[in-house]
Amino acid sequence: MTILNLVFIVFLGILFFIAYFHISNYILDTYGNKTLKRYNFENSIRVIVFITPAFIVLFIFILYPVFETIRLSFYDKFGREFVGLYNYKWAINDPEFRRSILNNLVWLLVVPTLSTFFGLVIANLADRIWWGSIAKSIIFMPMAISFVGAGVIWKFIYEYRGPENTQIGLLNAVIVSLGYEPQAWLTIPMWNNFFLMAIMIWIQTGLALVIFSAALRSVPKEMLEAARIDGASELKIFFSIIIPYLEQTILVIWTLITIIVLRIFDIIFAMTNGEWQTGVLANLMYDWMFRGGGDSGRGSVLAIVIMIGVIPILAWNLYKHRQEQKI
Amino acid sequence: MKKFSISSILSQLLLLFFVIIWIIPTFGLFISSLRDKDLLAISGWWTSLTTTEVNEIYRMSGMESQIEEDGYFKIKGKLFEDNSGKKIESFGITSKKINEFNIGDVAIFKDESEVLLDEDGNYEWRSKTEFKKKKGKRLFTTSLSPPAFTFENYREVLFKEGIGRAFINTMAVALPSTLIPLIICSFFAYSLTWMKFYGRDTLLAIIIASLVVPLQMSLIPILTIYNDFGALFGVAAKSYPGVWMAHTGFGLASTTFLLRNFLKSLPNEMMEAAKVDGASHYDIFLRIIIPLSIPAFASIFILQFLWCWNDLLVGLVFLDQVPSEIILTAKLKELLGSRGENWEILTTGAFVSMTVPLFIFFALQRYFIRGLVAGSVKG
Repeated sequence: MTILNLVFIVFLGILFFIAYFHISNYILDTYGNKTLKRYNFENSIRVIVFITPAFIVLFIFILYPVFETIRLSFYDKFGREFVGLYNYKWAINDPEFRRSILNNLVWLLVVPTLSTFFGLVIANLADRIWWGSIAKSIIFMPMAISFVGAGVIWKFIYEYRGPENTQIGLLNAVIVSLGYEPQAWLTIPMWNNFFLMAIMIWIQTGLALVIFSAALRSVPKEMLEAARIDGASELKIFFSIIIPYLEQTILVIWTLITIIVLRIFDIIFAMTNGEWQTGVLANLMYDWMFRGGGDSGRGSVLAIVIMIGVIPILAWNLYKHRQEQKI
Repeated sequence: MKKFSISSILSQLLLLFFVIIWIIPTFGLFISSLRDKDLLAISGWWTSLTTTEVNEIYRMSGMESQIEEDGYFKIKGKLFEDNSGKKIESFGITSKKINEFNIGDVAIFKDESEVLLDEDGNYEWRSKTEFKKKKGKRLFTTSLSPPAFTFENYREVLFKEGIGRAFINTMAVALPSTLIPLIICSFFAYSLTWMKFYGRDTLLAIIIASLVVPLQMSLIPILTIYNDFGALFGVAAKSYPGVWMAHTGFGLASTTFLLRNFLKSLPNEMMEAAKVDGASHYDIFLRIIIPLSIPAFASIFILQFLWCWNDLLVGLVFLDQVPSEIILTAKLKELLGSRGENWEILTTGAFVSMTVPLFIFFALQRYFIRGLVAGSVKG
């Protein structure tokens, strides 16, 4: 496809949706009021015109797939024959699956916690320092970069050369200058997971930081002043006033990062491709979508395991929404 | 209050420490992308402002360029390109002893020909007998190279490695994948907020539930639909419109949710007044909602655009990995595999892929942050 063709279909694609809404509403505006006497009837058609595209997309890309994935998890690799719990039994006995679950759990434990913690500490520090907003900008910047881009950045940091060569990776250069042997960091089982997690923490701290910065403004200044006059140390203020005050926000950020981490795929795919025992569920699933011509049964089971991780959050969101509707 | 208390200095230092840790990786990548690729391969980027010792192998010219002078057959030439700035420290004529001779020494080959080398890399190779080989002999040099920065890597990556085309492809994926959901979700959010119809609350609950559904749940069924669709109509299963719709689907819930939260905050009286004046819902939407929603649109546009630009999984599953369709992140991942040692290509490629996000980040940070904060408040 030439670039000109590409520009043309991009233009056409966007125009199609604008045209749909404009033409259908134009028809309704021009002829609706004359022929359809009752306002309610016109209104119903308008609702249909407004929600149909979004609803079709929602149905095809979210609603139907959720049920189809559940169905496929009970079928064979081609999705044709019912095999009962076979795929689930396979998963439980598969060492790769167990390894991925374990890795995912470690990720879920470490990344949201540390990102939230760093975000809170940095937001609090930056709030009181005149060059704080520049600092926040810098720490927030990785949020804009793709996971693969971040992967390249950090792979360069972790780069390994044999001990006889000059190290061009920063980490090994530091290690060598301290008198230790250089290491191929990404190939050391178990520890390599933490080197991958560092990348995610580097990215997500920015997210926590901006949300905390916004939330910190709601902490009453008088309360902080009063505490300072009473001689409370900054550390004491942080733990006794700020953390309790931001409890809700901490929970929100922690959940937000948990959801992102649960489906983490790009970083591991780009850095190690799941080798050296770094695989997580999303990578294993991608693998099974194509391995040996693809196995939709096993892939679906893995997707469902990821889904199970978000169900508590989903239920909590719906509960909160219901509470709000009542008010 | 004391302005320069110990605790204030400590917090400044701590923050500085965080800032340095956070900026160094990106900074290193940026510097590396501008360095000469030979230097990049042998020295750390933090040494890029100092001179670097480089070991190289050069081959002298062959018999065609010989001249007769003072009873010798001579071949003259230079090893380095003009203005390379390199200074030779020592050289050798065999790979075993690459530092055998210093500048000014006369090195004698087995065939009794001699070579003289000056520190700028100009050599004079002479022999009593005529040179008979087409290829000249090798010289092993150890030289000091001054800092060298270049845009050569960018030229190479953009035009030879296919990153330039991947950049255009990514734009062709990200723009419609951002605008289409914005268009259809703004109507959707409007009807969920300002129109009354049966099933509205259920629909809203579905949107809220869909917010956290991982996109992995959709991959297999949608890939199947695309394959069936492609086979049925005899078109390619993987295509740009397919990716747009996939991104639209995955971004639909969050876009609708954010827009609805914004629309809800608009005063009801305004809509009522317009309705009394005989405006239709479409009039209200065009004349009132859109102008008021520009800031909200900007935030959502940025969030969704960055998401699509930075995405790897969707582009990997729903596009063919061929030059006319591959996106930047997939291309980078491919280069990580095939050119893992060519850091000049990887660092430059990564930086090219980051230009658009970084531009958005620095130019429109306010909207970006506003969108993130709005999206997170409800979780």
